[in-house]
Formats: sequence, C-alpha cells, structure tokens
Amino acid sequence: MQDDPTPTELIKAVADFLRNEIAPAIKGHNSFKLRVGINALDLVTRQLALAEAGDATEAARLKALLGADGSLMELNRALSERIASGEVDLTTPGLSEHLWQTTMDKLAVDQPNYASYKRELGNKA
Amino acid sequence: MIETELRRCVAAFHPGATGVTGAAKLSGGASQETWTFDIVHPDGTIGAILRRAPPGYGAAPGRAAGLDAEATLMQLAHDAGLPSPKVMHVLTPEDGLGRGFIMARVEGETIARKILRDEEYANARPMLARQLGRVIAGIHGLPQAKLPKLRSLTATKEIEDLSREYHSFNWPRPVFELALRWLRDHDPGPSSEVTLVHGDFRHGNLIIGPDGVRAVLDWELAHFGDPMEDLGWICVNSWRFGEIDKPVGGFGTREDLFAGYEEAGRKADPDRVKFWEVMGTLRWGVMCCGMMQRFRLGPDHSMERAMIGRRASETEIDLLRLLAPRG
Repeated sequence: MQDDPTPTELIKAVADFLRNEIAPAIKGHNSFKLRVGINALDLVTRQLALAEAGDATEAARLKALLGADGSLMELNRALSERIASGEVDLTTPGLSEHLWQTTMDKLAVDQPNYASYKRELGNKA
Repeated sequence: MIETELRRCVAAFHPGATGVTGAAKLSGGASQETWTFDIVHPDGTIGAILRRAPPGYGAAPGRAAGLDAEATLMQLAHDAGLPSPKVMHVLTPEDGLGRGFIMARVEGETIARKILRDEEYANARPMLARQLGRVIAGIHGLPQAKLPKLRSLTATKEIEDLSREYHSFNWPRPVFELALRWLRDHDPGPSSEVTLVHGDFRHGNLIIGPDGVRAVLDWELAHFGDPMEDLGWICVNSWRFGEIDKPVGGFGTREDLFAGYEEAGRKADPDRVKFWEVMGTLRWGVMCCGMMQRFRLGPDHSMERAMIGRRASETEIDLLRLLAPRG
C-alpha cells in the first residue's frame, strides 16, 4: 500500500502553486504554455476522480447494447463496427442515450468549461 | 542573420529601400516559417511579412497548395479588390531565403477571443458575417483561367480521406463512426459548380479591425471543390469560441452570411452548407486525434499538442448536437 498524500492531492498542490505563485510572474509565450500545463494537471485530477465510475457505467451500457462481454476497448470496437455496418443506428433503443452519456462523461474530464457541454448539462434528457 | 539576406532581397525588388529592421519569427514548424520585418525607405517604413520554406526544404507536403500557389492566389484576391495583402515579391533562388514570398503586413487582430469580446471590435462584430459572405463569394468567383494548379476535392473523397485517417489511429470512437455513416448517407454528390475553395476560412486566418475584415490569410489548403465547403467550415462550432448561438465564427448568423454571399451574385445552398458543417466538425476532431499521434510519436513531446488531443471529445458532443439533438 502506497502512503499518503494521494496522487490527486499531490497534483492539486503542484497545480495550485503554479497557478497562484508562478503564473502571475511569467510573461509572453511561456505564460500561455504554463496555462496549458496547469490545464493538463487539472484534467488529470478530474480523470482520477471520475474515470473509474464513468468507465464502469459505460461498460455496463455497452454490454447491454451489444449483448456481449469484453474489455472497454473491445466493446467500443464492436459498437463502432456495428454503427459502421448500419447494424445499429439512432433508431436502435439505447444507442443515442449511450453515446450522449459517454460523451458527457468524457467532457466532464476533458473540457468541463466547453460551452456545448455546459448547455447540455442544463438540458438533461 | 536573416536580415542580411532580406536586406539584399528587398534592395533588389524595392527601389530606394535602405535597409531592413525588426525581423522576428512569428511562427514556424519544421518546414514553414512566417517572419515579420520592416522595410526602411526614405518615404517611410513599410511593414512586411515573409512566408517561406527555409532553404533545403522542397515541395509542400500532402494537402498543401504550395507557397508559389499561395502567392498567386493572394495576388489574384488583391487584384480583385478582396481583402488580401499585396504580394511584394516571390522569392527566387538568388535571394538565398528558400521558397516563398514577401507580402505587405496588414495590421489587425486574428485572435478569436479578442475579436469576440473586446470593446474595440463591438461595431465590427454585427457586420462581419455579411461581409465575410461577400468576401468568400469573391474568392469563389476569382477568374478560373488565372488560378494555379491545385488539388481537387469532392465530398465523397473527403469522407474517405477522413475515414482512412481516423482508422489509422486504431482507437474506436463510436461517435465518429456515426458521423461517417451520416456523411455517407447524406453525401450530396458532386457540386453542380466547382470553384476555388479557400479551405481554411475561419478565425485565425482572418485579420479583423474595428472596421471589419481586413485580410484573408493562409491559403495553404486551397483547392478546387464545392464552394459550400467554405461556408460550412466557418460555421463549425469549434470556431465559435463559446458563442455557440452565433453559428458564424461566434459573431453572426447563417442568414447574414448567406445574404452577403448572395449580394455578391452567388447562391448559397443551406443543405449543402449543413453537410459541410458536419464534415468540418468531424475533420477538426480527426485533426485533434492527429495532434495526439504527433505528440506521442514526434520528437518534440509538445504539451500543447497533447492537450489538443483531449479536445477531440469537444467535436463528439458537437456532432451529437448536430446529428442526435436531445429534446
């Protein structure tokens, strides 16, 4: 068992230091790059917090949709093939809901400030 | 120092020029660079831009039109009275600067967030969509006989190119598959009219001033194809920078864009524009995935590229909003 602090606590401490102490002192292109770096650290903390639950519900939906078992990668490959072949489409019960939920869960990690995501959050199906 | 070569080059094409100052690189990948500099002249300083492939780099890769073609297109646009910088000189081997051209520098803003939010552009914003409609109509109407050799693109070919590129990443994305399927099912077939298409008509490639659009830049992706492609591309949500209810670049309506286009004597086809908007959204998504590949496989390990890879999901939600809207 690894000791505390957790990866999330460590990354958050570093991100907060960079944001509050370093960013105000940096100018020009490096200031832009620093902001990208801080965004990356924030993304990692969101993924550590959210990915496990999101992956589990995504896998459960995929198994129900496909009537098959497998890893998340295998299940997504199988769904992709069925969409490509036309075997499933937006009239297939559950497909649209699955794609929406999976995409919303990705945005919650990747870009929670993206305007389309914020609009859809307030517009739940 | 590049100023030495520039000084010699400028003296040859601009009589009376006494020197060159302030050369600074604005952007540059491995094969293409953009420099800003000032030409010193007794009548006053002239702002200039050098766009070049440095010596040792040959023909442009893949989809690129090539710098010679870019120079020709910009000059044709300028001659037609469109907002385009004057091309001052096309580089020759004797210049020792590589391949490319020198053009007049146009002052203004290209950064979308400033154009969409700063007070300075408040008067320009409401008129931009219509103005850009007229400009893109002018580009589509440039005299065919004078155009350089460019690749041709159809909707069918673009779908297959995107499909091939996406599948080469070997990472399953059901939403991209849904979009590819939709595009194949809704492929409108060859355009009844094939024209010059700018290919990258959006924020970043448009210089905007408080008075409106001042220049169209970056003709690297110019080709022959369906003119509605340009109108669809500028409506892609990725170029709205948060202003998602203003489909044209986050500042205007499709109706204004089409009205400007039709004022210039051309006809907009809203269904084809929508088709190209879906295509463009997928295209930007595939480009984001490509950035992730270059981050992982490339030598420079760029943090920015890595993070652009994580923006592919933005195009997935936008594709769902287009193809499977909720409620």
